[in-house]
Order: sequence, then structure tokens, then C-alpha cells
Amino acid sequence: MAEKKPSILNRLRNMTDTNLLLTITIVMFFLMYIGAIVFQGKGFLKPQTFFNILNANAALIILSVGLSIVMISGSIDISVGGVTALVCMSCAVHLDYKGGNVFTAFLLALGIGIAFGFIQGILIAYLDIQPFIVTLAGMFFARGMTTIVNTNPFNVENPALVALKDTRIPVPFLGSYNKLGEYINAYVEIGALVAVAVVLILFFVLRWTRLGRNFYALGGNRQSALMLGINVKRTKFYAHLLCGFLSGIGGFVYFLHVGSGAPTHAAGAEMNAIAASIIGGTLLTGGVGNVIGTFFGVLSLSTIQNIVNSAGLDDAWWTGITIAAMLCLFLVIQSLVLSRKKKK
Amino acid sequence: MSENVVLELKNIRKRFGPVQALKGVNFKLCEGEIHALMGENGAGKSTLIKVLTGVYTKDEGSIHMKGYDGDIAIHSPQEAQDAGISTVYQEITLCPNLSVAENMYIGRGKEIIQNWKKMNDNANKILESLDIPTSATTQLANCSIAVQQMVAIARAVDMDCKVLILDEPTSSLDDQEVAKLFKLMRDLKARGVGIIFVTHFLDQVYEVCDKITVLRDGVQEGEYKTEELPRLQLVSKMLGKEIDDLSDIKNDEAIMQDTNEENVIETNQLTSTSGISPLDFYIKKGEVNGFTGLLGSGRSECVRAIFGADKVVGGTIKKNGKLVKINKPIDAMKAGIAYLPEDRKVDGIIGDLSVRENIILALQVLEGFWKPFTRAEADDFAEKYIKLLGIKTASADTPIKSLSGGNQQKCIVARWLLTHPEYLILDEPTRGIDVGTKVDIQKLVLKLASEGMSITFISSETDEMLRTCSRLIVMRDRKVVGELTGSDLTQNKIMSVIAGGDK
Amino acid sequence: MKKNSFISKIAGNRILIPIVALLILAVFNFIADPSFFKITLGYNNLGNPVLSGYLITILDYGSELAILALGMTLVTAASGGQDISVGAAIAIAGSAMLRVLCGADGRAETLQTPIIVAFLIAVVIAMAFGAFNGILVAYFKIQPMIATLILFTAGRSIAAWINNNQLPIVNDQGFTVFGGFIPGIPIPTPFFIAAACVVVIMLVLKFTNLGLYTQAVGINESSSRLNGLNPEFIKFITFVILGICVAVAALIKVSRLSTINYSVIAKDIEMDAILAVALGGNSLSGGKFNMWASVLGAYVIQFLTTTLYKFNVQSDALPAYKAIVVIILVIISAPTVREWMGNMWTRMNEKKDAKEAKVNG
Repeated sequence: MAEKKPSILNRLRNMTDTNLLLTITIVMFFLMYIGAIVFQGKGFLKPQTFFNILNANAALIILSVGLSIVMISGSIDISVGGVTALVCMSCAVHLDYKGGNVFTAFLLALGIGIAFGFIQGILIAYLDIQPFIVTLAGMFFARGMTTIVNTNPFNVENPALVALKDTRIPVPFLGSYNKLGEYINAYVEIGALVAVAVVLILFFVLRWTRLGRNFYALGGNRQSALMLGINVKRTKFYAHLLCGFLSGIGGFVYFLHVGSGAPTHAAGAEMNAIAASIIGGTLLTGGVGNVIGTFFGVLSLSTIQNIVNSAGLDDAWWTGITIAAMLCLFLVIQSLVLSRKKKK
Repeated sequence: MSENVVLELKNIRKRFGPVQALKGVNFKLCEGEIHALMGENGAGKSTLIKVLTGVYTKDEGSIHMKGYDGDIAIHSPQEAQDAGISTVYQEITLCPNLSVAENMYIGRGKEIIQNWKKMNDNANKILESLDIPTSATTQLANCSIAVQQMVAIARAVDMDCKVLILDEPTSSLDDQEVAKLFKLMRDLKARGVGIIFVTHFLDQVYEVCDKITVLRDGVQEGEYKTEELPRLQLVSKMLGKEIDDLSDIKNDEAIMQDTNEENVIETNQLTSTSGISPLDFYIKKGEVNGFTGLLGSGRSECVRAIFGADKVVGGTIKKNGKLVKINKPIDAMKAGIAYLPEDRKVDGIIGDLSVRENIILALQVLEGFWKPFTRAEADDFAEKYIKLLGIKTASADTPIKSLSGGNQQKCIVARWLLTHPEYLILDEPTRGIDVGTKVDIQKLVLKLASEGMSITFISSETDEMLRTCSRLIVMRDRKVVGELTGSDLTQNKIMSVIAGGDK
Repeated sequence: MKKNSFISKIAGNRILIPIVALLILAVFNFIADPSFFKITLGYNNLGNPVLSGYLITILDYGSELAILALGMTLVTAASGGQDISVGAAIAIAGSAMLRVLCGADGRAETLQTPIIVAFLIAVVIAMAFGAFNGILVAYFKIQPMIATLILFTAGRSIAAWINNNQLPIVNDQGFTVFGGFIPGIPIPTPFFIAAACVVVIMLVLKFTNLGLYTQAVGINESSSRLNGLNPEFIKFITFVILGICVAVAALIKVSRLSTINYSVIAKDIEMDAILAVALGGNSLSGGKFNMWASVLGAYVIQFLTTTLYKFNVQSDALPAYKAIVVIILVIISAPTVREWMGNMWTRMNEKKDAKEAKVNG
């Protein structure tokens, strides 16, 4: 049945699309990181640089994971950035003006996320409205609501939150010595831990639960999924609900990282999240993808941005252009890889 | 005998709007039997299968399964599966992005956590026992179509199905793959599964089936043992023509057309991506010929290749003796070829546009982007053809989708007549339309031919073709298997060529 | 049967939707504050007569939207999706225009090139970006909204990059005419530009087959192909045409300020343009369109915006209200909802019939 000597090429061919694209993503990330070390000097050698990337992108990782799930099910959600801004502003107002505590703020964040996921899910799954239109409206609604909640950006002064924001969790053995020769522990923020946990949990959900596999089936071929006895409407609804829920968590993690509310928060996050998902090997057409890939997708994006910045192109506009270019590149890679596989 | 019956349908009726698709169908399937379900277009075959699989809900009648008391209700594919009825469709209804094992098990069972090891082990066991050449962890997209088909069957088998419906599973398989599939079917038969086999390939019916049920016009024409029903009989029953009492109506005028006129269109070894055998074809000025053969025999694919509707991959086309290059439909249109497609809804009408716009579309495209007709011109064209063809519409402004099927078809005919083609291809112009319109269209074909147009006419109804065509090209299994002219143009002759010559 | 006539009645009168919306808004404003409709004639700082008032604002700002709605309608009709990068593309075209007008340093006292040259260059650039979107959509078969999301994100950055992130200022009074007033004429110029664009597009629709082709492709791609059309090229060309509209809108936008703010110019305008199309009763999934209805829709959207402004809604909060309008519109036009409404209608009629039958029996 099998060839006697399965060459690497053959093994690549027989890989599932998901694993193939995941492999490409991880390899690309390490090449990029090594490239950064070689060209940008030793800064990238310090583990803390890596942790900083993780800290800064914790929220984006969570948002992207949610988006990946929606994309795997063959849909899309571009409201995640708007929801993040709304969550930040609502939590900020809740804490500083309404005298709430951090726990209720967290519940508020979840509530907002779930509400968006729920309504968008109903409209998309049960009323069959194009997901893009629905979530575009969702994005504008969230951004508009953010200003309605509070117009001016402000920093939160709630002591409990500030304490949480500044919590640094040391990572043993990976510290470095500063110029004075003192040992400084490497650290991560709470958000980074949450992000890693979310990735692991959802990796498990997608891989080992019935719901997770149904997402893949739905994205692979809606008609087939129906014929195979899957409740496609409910599955699609769950995908959007889950994405909304994760936007809530992601929004709160973002809030924890910046400790402020502003209408411009997480501007363009939807694009970054889509880009990260695609770079991470999620197919735009659905059915293929992996949250581990998405995790590396976010890190790749951020690394590239770091490289661009430290190359002296630190003007803000380079970020947008870089991401768009990366996205284009990976869309092309995807179609090339998959079409070559088809031919064989 | 009767306890052997695993599935029995009694008096199934189903209606769609004004169309009564099933007019009281009875059907019986025994354990361990392969039962062919035969019928031409519109016989109700696919409706019946959809009723059985829960895609449609029947209006009347009852479905009995062994082990269940009384009528069982089937409202969704899920319920059909639960009752033990599994279906494998022509188009693979599996998910290409999942592994073979997942495709066999997804959508079943209620456990929340998936045990991959157990699933893969089970899948491998079944694949092995059915001798299917793939492994559980392979991604489905990496398997050949035949293997995908078999995986779908394996899924059905593992679901412990009592009744397996195979809806044209062989149409995209090559001979070897078909042989494998048949082996699998015989294995299942030995296990006591009742198999309903729908196909258009007569050879295959006679190779594997025990019984044949013929449907015609929404009723069961009869149930026969395969060995007791010669091919010719089968074809005649499907077409609804008794072999002996056929009075052969002929198109006398057309027969006289056997002159030495030049070939208007001539193809040489033409092949397209649809997989037809290389086609050599010609048509003379003023000739009406036709492609005949059962559904799926490649009739449409031939004319689509000539029109450039499918991508042409080999061969040449000559027009009036000169080579023409036809890559896209527009090339064919410029060469004076017009094509009325088989599927009116998908390929013909542009639903939301008005009757007028639908009529002028082809000519307008030929005229070019920069030369739109004025409203007055367009109205003239539309009015002229509405009158000429007797299209019943409230006005030329009515959206075409609100017309009846026959009138929609007339609009499409008008669209192509307006381009004044030298060669007109009509692919099933009479399908699904009322009798009056059918006659109108046939008359029109003869009239146009007498005016010098060359026409290829394709119809599932042989007598229509006998009435209109002076030469019939007979197809089977995507190959041209015969050509009939003159006194050979009889139902009997056609049927015997379709059936493959042996009686 | 009844259901059919009910639906066709709604579908048959597309232009009714914007008119009804307009009436509702007008009545609402009339009740809330009749001064909304007041128009006054005054003089601007150059001594030219100008009309002012909320209605004039609507006429003024609704015009740039109407211009975009023209292109957006075509894109929607042919591709069944929308271009969400128009705001970003306006930034690019405007930036390019300023770069050409003001030269490399952006502080030139006089115009470096004639306005017409700068405008034409902007047109070419906007068309090129439209072509980029069009290629992704038509030939790479990426959904329009995802494809244009790329430019949506990168566009404003590209715009900033064109001028090295500087904000060039045009010092020439002549340039302000396009977004302001023509000396001696009290009606805002954008209205005339929009009118000209509408006339041009109507002439194009009349003297070419653009309308027929885009609708045919949008309704039934397969059938269009068999009628000799090239669906890919037609989709592509609609994006290029939208590019031209973007350049014209950019001219107005930049002329208003005589400069540019990359992150704010034409912000959220994609939402308004899509809304204009939807409000015009055109199906967002493609097919038949009514250009007049879209244009009217654009002014109705601006009417809504101006009304919201008048009630002290902040500009950043506007999208929230408009999003609600979009959602209501798409829910009303969703096939499932329509079917459901149709069924309700039939059932109601059946009940009525049954009752009548009872009475008669």
C-alpha cells in the first residue's frame, strides 16, 4: 500500500492541508526569527524580546484564534477590533466612573463579547445574511458605541486594575544580565498567560471535540456537512458565538495591557487578526486551519513589524503596508501550495 | 418472500406547484438484492430518491421498513440515516478537508470528545474488510474519486444501513474503478444489504443488478427480473414506446435534404474537458440532425464542445471548409453558431432581467459593448419575436423568471434566432415544457431548416427527434456508437443501437 | 401566487425605499424642529454669495457620497460584493493629487502643476488601485470584501507614504472651488460635480451595454458566459470605474480642506456608500440595479447624518446609528425573512379566505 521509502516530498503530499500549512507557518516563523537575530543584532537573542512580543500581542492572539474558528467554519467576522475598543472603553468607564470592581468589569467584557457573537451569529446562521455585511455593521456599531460610552480617551486609575496591569510573572532561568551585571528575571504579563491558555484550550476543542470537528466539516463543504447529518446552522452559530466570546476575553486582555479606554484602541485589529489567521494557515475558503498556526501567525506578523521598525522604517504607515503585503504573499503561497498538491 | 422485503413504498405522491412529479409510485426492495431504478428525465427517479432520503417530504403514501411498524416518517437526511437508509450521491457529499476516518464517523454519535485512536482503528478495520485501498488518516482530497465514493459507501455500511441508495455513482469513474465498485456492491449484497442502483449505463445494469424497476411519468412502469428483460425491452419501457406498434412518423422533407451541399460545420477529433471521446461530426446546410442516447451518454457534452462552452482540449472545427478557432462561446457566436443550453435555469435565462433584455442579449453581445440598441430597436426585436413565437407574457418588461417554463424557453430560442445563426444547436429545448410549446418548437425547427439553417436537435423524447431529424447520431457512454439515416430512422433501430445491438 | 405578487410588488418599486426613508426623515425633522429646512443666503469671506442651511449641507456632502454610490452600485451589481476600500483609496488619490500640486516639499507657494494634470494623475492612480482590487476579485476569485480589506488597511498608510507623512497645503484659491463655491454661484460646487458624474454615467449606461452586462453577470454568471460575455473582465472593469469615482470624490474632499488628514479623510465613507446602495433598494448580493435609487439613497444617508449631527451626535458615534440602519435593511431583504413574511402573508390571506368561505358556506 505505502511506498517503501516515503520521501519527504511524498510525506508532504500526503499531509493533510491543515498540517502542511501549519508546518509552513512554523518554519517561516523560525526562519524569520533567525533572520531577525542575524540582521538585527543580539536583541532578538534575549528571551525577553520574545516575551515582549508575546506580551504586546496577547490580545491579538486571542482575537485571531476566535477569527480562525469562524474562518475554519467558512465564515468571517470583522467586528473583533471594534468589540475590543468597546470592551476597553466600557470597562474603563465601569471601573473609574461607576465604581465597579475588576471582576464585574471582566464579566462586562464577556457579556459584550457574547452579545455581539450571539446577535451576529443569529443573523448569519439563521437568517442567512452575508457574514461580511453583518460583521461590518457590527464593527461600525461597536466603534460608534465606544464614543457614545465615552468620547475622550483616558487612563484607568482603579488601583486593583493598575496592580493587575503591572503584574509581572517571572519566567525562571530565561533572564539576562543588565549592564551592571545584575540578573533580571524574564517576565510575562497575565494577558500572555491567558492567551497561551486560550490557544491550548481551543487547540484541544478543535482537535478533539465533536463541535470542533463539525467546524471543519462545515467549512470544508457546507452541503456535505448537511448530508453527513451535521446541524450546519447551529454549528455556524456556535462559531460566531465562540468568536464573540473570545473577542470579549481578547478585549479585556487588551484593556489589561493598555489600562485605558479610547475609541481608537485596536484600530485595524480585524485586519491583523485576519492576516494572522491566514499566515497561520487558515484557508479563506474555510475547512483548513489550526489555532497553533494562528499563534505563530501573530508572532510572525509581530516579528516582521519589529524587523521593519528596527530597520529604521519606524513610521506608523509601514505597519499597515507590511501587513497587507504579508497577507497578499501568504494568499499566493496558499493557492500555490494547494494547487500543486491537487495536480500531483 | 415477504419477510425478505426490507423496504416498501406504497403509492408515493409528490407535487411541486402545478407539477405532479410522483403520481403514486410503488416500489419494493428485498434484502441482498441489487435493484436498478431506471427512467428518463422527468420520470420521477430523483424525486423518489429525495423523498426516500428526506430531502423532500412526500405528500401522500407510505414507506415501510423491515423492523418498523407502519409508515416511517422521514423529514431530514438525518432521519433517513437513523432509519437505516443511506445514500451515496453522484457528487461526493463528503468533506474533502477531513480525513477518511472522520468522513466515515462525523455527524454520528453523541460523544463530546473524539477518540481518534478508536475511530482510526475502526475505520481501518472496515476499509480493510471492504478492501478499499486507502488508510484512515489520509485526507479525503488526496484520494481518487472512486475511493471517495467507496469511503461514502463504507460510511453507510458502518452505519449498519439496511438500504443503500447509489445515485449514479459511476458517472465519473473509469472502467477499473467501476469494477472495484461493483465488487464492493456484491460484497454488500452478500451481507444482506438491499441496494438501489441508479445509473444511465445499461451495461452496468446488466452486469450487477438482480431486478429492474422502470419509472415513467411519475408512476412505476413495472418491476422485472434482469434476466427476463432484454435490453431492447428495457429501453422501450423507459421511453414508453412499444416496439411493435410504433408507427414511424418521418420527416419526409428532411430526408430529401440528402444532397451534396457543403458541410457548414465539421469537427475533427474534437475533445473537451468534459471527457467525451474524440468527436467527428458534420452538418450540411439546411440539415436537421440530432444526438440521441440516454441521459448521461454525452449528447450535451458534444454540442457544448462545438460551442466552446466546455474548454476544448483537442481537435479542430471547420466552418464552411475553413478552420475556425473556438475557445470561448463568443468565438462560436461570431462564427454563426448558436446554442440553446440544456439547463434552462442555470445556463439559459437571466432570471431578474426582462423578457426584452433576455431576447436581445446574445445579439447585443455580438454587436459589441459600444453599440447598444435603442429602446425602440430593442422593443421592435422583442415584439417581433414575442409575436413570431407566440410568447405569452404580460409585456416585454416582465422579468423572465415569472414566465412559465415553455415561454422562458421560447425567449431563449428567440434570443438565438435573433442572431440569425447559420448553425443552431438546440439542447433539450422541449424539456419540462407544455405539449403545445413542444409542437411549436418542432415546427419551428423544420421551418428554419427549410430556410437553409443547419440545426442540431437534442431531445430525450425520441419521437420528437424522429419527426424532426434526418440523421441521428447515437451515443452511448460518451462515445458515438452509430449513425442512422433514411429508412433506419425508427424507434426500434434507435433503441437497438442504444442498447448495444444485442437483443 | 399571492406571495409572488406581494414580493414582486416590493421588488418592483425599488425607488420607493429611499423615497419613503426620505419622507420619514423629513417629517421627523419637521416635527422636531422646522428650522431644519431654513436656507439663508449669505456671503463667504471672499465676498461670494453662498447659501447655507442644513439642506445645503446635505446637498453639499451628499454629493461626494452620490459619486461613490455610482461606482459602488456597479461593483455590487456585477460582483455581488462591496468594495470597502473606497475611503482608503480616497486618501491615496487625494494624497497623490496634493503631492503633484504642491511638489516634493509640500510647502510651495504656487501650484507646481495645473489642477487638471494633478486630477488626471489621481484618476490614473485610483484606477490602478481599483484594478488591483478587481484582479483579486475577478481573477483570483477572492470575495470582494476580503480582497478590498487589504487596501482598506494599507490604503491610508500608502497615502501617508506618498507625501512622506507631511501635510501639504494648497495655497491657491482656485483649488478651493471644487469643494466650495464657484464665485457668483451660491450653490455648492460638489453638487454640480455630482450632477455631471450622474449625467456621464447615465450617458454611459445609455450609449454602452455596461448596465446590461453587469446585471447579466451579477444575476447569472454561467448563463452570461454562454451568451458570449466575459464575466471576469466585466467584474474587473466595474472596480476600475469605481476607481474613477474615488478620484472625483477625492478631488472634492481635498479641495474642501486644501490639505489632507490621512487618518480622518473620508473616514467611514465605505459604510455610507454601501448604505446608499442598499437604501436604493439594490440587492447587496448583486444583479439588477437602479442607479437613480442609489443616488437618491446617497442623499438620504447624508440627510440622516446631518439630522444626527443636528441632534448633537458626535461624528465618531454616527457609525453606530448607521450600522443599525444597515442591519434593519439587510434583515428586511434577507431571503429567509422575505420567505417567512411571504408565508405569513399567504397564511393571513388563507385565514381570511377560510373565514369568508365559512361565512359564505
